Amino acid sequence: MAAGHEVRRVFFYHEGIYHAFKHITPPDDEINLTRLWSELAFQHGLDLLVCISAAQRRGLLSEDEAQRQGKQDNDLADGFRIGGLGQWLEAVIESDRIITFG
Amino acid sequence: MSKQILFVLHKPPYSGAYAHEALDLIMTAAAFDQDVSLLMLDDAVFQLKSQQNPESAGLKDTAAMFYALDVYGINKIYVEKESLQGKGLVASDLSQAVKQISRQEMGEFMKQFDVIL
Repeated sequence: MAAGHEVRRVFFYHEGIYHAFKHITPPDDEINLTRLWSELAFQHGLDLLVCISAAQRRGLLSEDEAQRQGKQDNDLADGFRIGGLGQWLEAVIESDRIITFG
Repeated sequence: MSKQILFVLHKPPYSGAYAHEALDLIMTAAAFDQDVSLLMLDDAVFQLKSQQNPESAGLKDTAAMFYALDVYGINKIYVEKESLQGKGLVASDLSQAVKQISRQEMGEFMKQFDVIL
């Protein structure tokens, strides 16, 4: 982004969804990636999209989804939103470059 | 707009939800008329191994899952030759016919795709 690139979307899938857990609590001397993502999202208006099925499979439910499933939960960290594979593909098609991490 | 997308898999079967989630990506791309190909690298060649028989452990045969892609018109499945050899497998150990690409050819092979995931 510092070099002038536009980041269309960041899509969290597979084990990547663990970045979006609101209550992740590492020891003080370790990096808190979730908090860094949230800060980055707010500073730059990034679209951080978490795959709903990958998230639910691993126990990450937004407040809305938890209610729909008859559960009490609110796991999604600030700056992230829940979405689906259609939005993943949309970003793949629209972007001139796609980078996969991990 | 249609792109040529190569999905590269590198993990063995029964790596949690890996194969299942990879198939969800692949079928989503195909459902929206993208030109989809698959490449099995490293341990991912075992995804296509026939006679896995994992049902007693409550798991699904991944070779059958990938075989079923043919129904959706997804039939461009490639394996890296050296990966197959490195795991002691030959083409007849796999549940379906695949094209083998050697490591030396891989760079040239990948050039044809718009997106590599």
